[in-house]
Amino acid sequence: MDTSQLGHNVPLTERAYRIRRNAVLMGEVQGQGYIGQALDIADVLAVSYFHAMRYRPEDPHWEGRDRFLLSNGHYAIALYAALIEAGIVPAEELETYGSDDSRLPMSGMAAYTPGMEMSGGSLGLGLSIAVGIALGLKRKASDNRVYTLFSDGELDEGSVWEAIMSAAHYKLDNLIGIVDVNNQQADGPSTQVMAFEPLVDKLEAFGWFVQRVDGNDMDAVVAAFDAARDHPEPKPRMIVCDTKMGKGVPFLEAREKNHFIRVDAHEWTLALDALDAGRTA
Amino acid sequence: MSTATTTPAAAKPRLKTSAMIASIAGEGQRTKPAPFGHALVELAKARPEIVGLTADLAKYTDLHIFAQANPDRFYQMGMAEQLLMGAASGLAHEGFMPFVTTYAVFASRRAYDFVHQTIAEENRNVKIACALPGLTSGYGPSHQAAEDLALMRAMPNMVVIDPCDAHEIEQAVPAMAAHQGPVYMRLLRGNVPLVLDEYDYKFELGKAKLLRDGADVLVISSGIMTMRALEVAKALEADKVDVAVLHVPTIKPLDTETILAEAGRSGRMVVVAENHTVIGGLGEAVAGTLLRAGVVPSAFRQIGLPDEFLKAGALPTLHDLYGISTDAMVTSIKGWL
Repeated sequence: MDTSQLGHNVPLTERAYRIRRNAVLMGEVQGQGYIGQALDIADVLAVSYFHAMRYRPEDPHWEGRDRFLLSNGHYAIALYAALIEAGIVPAEELETYGSDDSRLPMSGMAAYTPGMEMSGGSLGLGLSIAVGIALGLKRKASDNRVYTLFSDGELDEGSVWEAIMSAAHYKLDNLIGIVDVNNQQADGPSTQVMAFEPLVDKLEAFGWFVQRVDGNDMDAVVAAFDAARDHPEPKPRMIVCDTKMGKGVPFLEAREKNHFIRVDAHEWTLALDALDAGRTA
Repeated sequence: MSTATTTPAAAKPRLKTSAMIASIAGEGQRTKPAPFGHALVELAKARPEIVGLTADLAKYTDLHIFAQANPDRFYQMGMAEQLLMGAASGLAHEGFMPFVTTYAVFASRRAYDFVHQTIAEENRNVKIACALPGLTSGYGPSHQAAEDLALMRAMPNMVVIDPCDAHEIEQAVPAMAAHQGPVYMRLLRGNVPLVLDEYDYKFELGKAKLLRDGADVLVISSGIMTMRALEVAKALEADKVDVAVLHVPTIKPLDTETILAEAGRSGRMVVVAENHTVIGGLGEAVAGTLLRAGVVPSAFRQIGLPDEFLKAGALPTLHDLYGISTDAMVTSIKGWL
């Protein structure tokens, strides 16, 4: 089944709205969470799960699925929101987020959650695992792809560049990296913590097919995913997504930027209201 | 300092640090070439899911033999041990069984978090075989994995093996594959000593085996120290000291039943011998096992590497210096009796 057509009548903007809404609801359950990141990456996840990827919601281990690796495990709240919208995780589990015995822990781990392909959290792991998966898919003559989401802060990790070098060496055209450039990491703006620009030039010099888009422009993200799939050169593909922390909730977008955005107890409802106000469907 | 370069006439000949690829076999010792590489080639014929990965050390871990026999199943990952472990996890994720090789220092120290998170935590079916375990290199701490067993046995899900010789490595390779989950094996490469074939010995994962019995001393050992312990036992026969040797090739899970049964026999001094720092290896694992069970031998001693950065130099010199050569062990044990 080609699930890229699943629920094709639902616009991607509506999917993104629902992903954001799920994330805010989870944040409210826990009273905290990486909501800024979840809101910034919701459009990319909508395109991943409702345009680009093949999967079967009822069978998360289906051999014919495209793999999605969440390297930045603290974005788990965002991926859970997408997995719920995709029907891989039941919606009623949303309220267990971050609680004892939940399948939705604060940091993403493979053993806990259907559809979670790796244990992230220790940053810089994802692309190396993706190289192995991409090699494995080629060994199996599979035409599936491995998508790997990681954050701009992870570019500080040397292992990321080991993986970037090897993916080009092995001509892994079935590997699609997605780097979320929200310019925010634990100690401050990513570009100030450790300069990584010019990122596109660097990645191209390493032998990748690189696109840079506004990660909150749905049409641009769709076009980038399509081009990453269709590009003819035997190169790994990177989509550099510039995103806005808190996207979709204006008062969070405007809040002083932090790795961990503060949200007061009464503000979760306000955030839901803001999302509703911006809903385009 | 001109005096520093003057060798006194009476001094022992100054040995040279051997090349990294040199065999640890003693002069005249029976050996077998590249037992790991050949065993893996043999196993891979029956198990198409096996692939081999290395980080620029195929020739130094005997994986080149597998690579030559199966070029399409071999992945050179470059000098990048974190990538090596992560990519192995990914291949295991796709149903393959990666055999990963590098030096013990790099797997246990440099890539520890990758082994921990991408392999052990996800319980991936990755087999890690590492050359230069413990003190088997004269290059100094950069290449001396004095703490690899401590690091690896502290990791949940990880099975840890320290084989003695070529005979055991040949048998350990299929046993690693038969176990579902991650395994760390200390690897001897090149011309590897052949010892255990004379003992009607068979490697079983998780089993300790009594190689010889004796009434006075029980040596509990793993890896090359078992080879030494057998030599020590023979040497001490001349002094009418009766030495038993319990070989414990699986460091984790530890065969506590056999260890307790042997150590519980009264009247024997227990000596644990390991090619590893005395911190966190077989010695402390055995000590903890005995204490928890309330088994107190007449005496308990450890032969192992000291808690210090080891020197560079020729291996025989260093093994004498740190008390893990046969002669040094004989001297230690006689002194303790």
